[in-house]
Amino acid sequence: MNIHEYQAKAVLKSFGAPVADGVPVLSADDIEAAVNALPGPLWVVKSQIHAGGRGKGKFIEAAAGEKGGVRLGFSKDEAIAHAKAMLGNHLVTAQTSAEGKQVNRLYIEDGADIDRELYLSMVVDRASGAPAFVASTEGGMDIEEVAHSTPEKILNLAVDPTTGVTNADAAKLCDALKLDGKAREDGMKLFPILYKAFTEKDMSMLEINPLIVMDSGDLRVLDAKVSFDGNALFRHPDIVELRDTTEEDEKEIEASEWDLAYIALDGTIGCMVNGAGLAMATMDIIKLYGEEPANFCDVGGGANAEKVAAAFKIIMKDPNVKGILVNIFGGIMKCDVIAEGVIQAVKETNLAVPLVVRLEGTNVEKGKEIISNSGLNVIPADDLDDAAQKIVNAVKGA
Amino acid sequence: MSILIDKNTKVIVQGLTGNTGSFHTNQALEYYGTQMVAGTHPKKAGTNWTADSGKELPIYANASEAKEATGANASVVYVPPAGAAAAIEEAIDAEIPLIICITEGVPVLDMVRVKAKLDKSNSRLIGPNCPGVLTPEQCKIGIMPGKIFKKGSVGVVSRSGTLTYEAVYQTTVEGLGQTTAVGIGGDPVKGTEFIDMLEMFLADDETEQIIMIGEIGGTAEEAAAQFIKDEAKKGRSKPMVGFIAGRTAPKGRTMGHAGAIVSGGEGDAESKIAAMEEAGIRVSPSPARLGTTMVEVLKG
Repeated sequence: MNIHEYQAKAVLKSFGAPVADGVPVLSADDIEAAVNALPGPLWVVKSQIHAGGRGKGKFIEAAAGEKGGVRLGFSKDEAIAHAKAMLGNHLVTAQTSAEGKQVNRLYIEDGADIDRELYLSMVVDRASGAPAFVASTEGGMDIEEVAHSTPEKILNLAVDPTTGVTNADAAKLCDALKLDGKAREDGMKLFPILYKAFTEKDMSMLEINPLIVMDSGDLRVLDAKVSFDGNALFRHPDIVELRDTTEEDEKEIEASEWDLAYIALDGTIGCMVNGAGLAMATMDIIKLYGEEPANFCDVGGGANAEKVAAAFKIIMKDPNVKGILVNIFGGIMKCDVIAEGVIQAVKETNLAVPLVVRLEGTNVEKGKEIISNSGLNVIPADDLDDAAQKIVNAVKGA
Repeated sequence: MSILIDKNTKVIVQGLTGNTGSFHTNQALEYYGTQMVAGTHPKKAGTNWTADSGKELPIYANASEAKEATGANASVVYVPPAGAAAAIEEAIDAEIPLIICITEGVPVLDMVRVKAKLDKSNSRLIGPNCPGVLTPEQCKIGIMPGKIFKKGSVGVVSRSGTLTYEAVYQTTVEGLGQTTAVGIGGDPVKGTEFIDMLEMFLADDETEQIIMIGEIGGTAEEAAAQFIKDEAKKGRSKPMVGFIAGRTAPKGRTMGHAGAIVSGGEGDAESKIAAMEEAGIRVSPSPARLGTTMVEVLKG
């Protein structure tokens, strides 16, 4: 689950990380009060959307002006004008679609005098199975680009989960970021704070790009991007409240309510599969036969007929879907349960596009029997190759 | 031979009394009499669980007591996500040599804690978020459908449950059969990676071929390919077929499995496929042709 920058900063601040004063703006009526609440002389007006590259982004609407999604106001009036121009308009960045994302929230922040920009992030490192810092002096840049062109400028540091961040760890990070004086003192405090926030809140990613050294020598979190482990949200009701569903695909929201793993894609063949690996492989094989998948959908291990029917209806909501492939290899999942769900959904949705069903595994005979006895127009398939070819042919013929 | 489990493996079930645990324990008992010997439940100790066949399994308060009473050398965990890590830790404390966690959706940082404990123990963990391990006609631990297996010569190791079934089913159809199939699981932090399983398959006399199925995310496939390459230089090699799921997956999105995500400039399918092919593994372009590709490799 992703949250906005201003929410991420509030979470980090609650653990004691140095962030600037700022006020979130959710409606145009709040703009003046937000600007007045900050002392100046510099106000930073930042678009709050779940996508990176905001500063270099561009608004679609002419009324929003030529500037990007992060603007500097050198007076209250200028800050207010920027905020009014940005709020409600659509920002296109390198990470959004061409339609961009509507900016429904702004964050107005106290400006800072920047001496140096650094990069700092945390993820769980798979190889060591431990939380790890990634630190670089090359802040404000695309870290993947830095990793590619100058890997020597990046430090990867895994933290032993039994000890947490040691003084030696913090010192290594300070060295990698070339921190000295006041900034080093701040750094020695900041790294354990971030580790605590990361582990206590079950974050899956924490990225501070940039972390800055100010002219005063203090460290400050200038931007923050945080994602949480969806599997751990059950123990963080405070974090769940930060979810902004306007940032998510409507079909994906509905899918999450049914505990389905669904991702909307651009193709024409809707897929309903059990197991993430098989769901990905089903997408791959559709492409191999010359069509594109409309979605990734893993109904998971413990689905019942209602859940399968719900998945089916969500897939059908995509107007680009010209055919559906159901591909189930039941282990934990029973084929008869899937079959019942499919039949229920086909009846309820008056399905008008071709449907290919491939069932294999636990209770497969029962499942096939339910499908063939249903009297519905379902194309049965014997294996994955057969299923993929049949649905691609059916869609192309339509 | 086989790897990890055989007809002598004695299994306890953590989470036996739940729906999933009950269903799959019945299936295991029906699979060539897999030795399911007991279950655990903190509040139901002293009672019995009755299988569909009428067979009764005793319930103990925890893994230590169950192991003590039955001589079990393996445990399977069906406990729901919030308690799964604690169940694994309980099995580690009981010094059970092989722990297989089926549960999907265990928080990653719980697994970080488990892995630190595991590293200091003598237990091996398979999973979580995996289909388990099956040695045909001997022992079934987990949720793999037994009917698709056939005793034979292929060792199967996979990050994906359902793609494990594809590999098994297809090698059965081709008449090759399997020695053991292992689903290592789709989470980013897990008990066992490819390399350990590949080492066991290389060392196992009956395993004549290996199928390895990876997916996007992380660099475990690249590490496994390097291992295969290094072992081949020492003269240890077996015919191998591979597959990587997620060629068409969009960057930056988690594809169902918590571990299946292309991010931070690593984990994409193409680099994994390239590394595997460079190690002499024949990578099938289609998940439907794992069996036929192996037959082609064997024909040379």
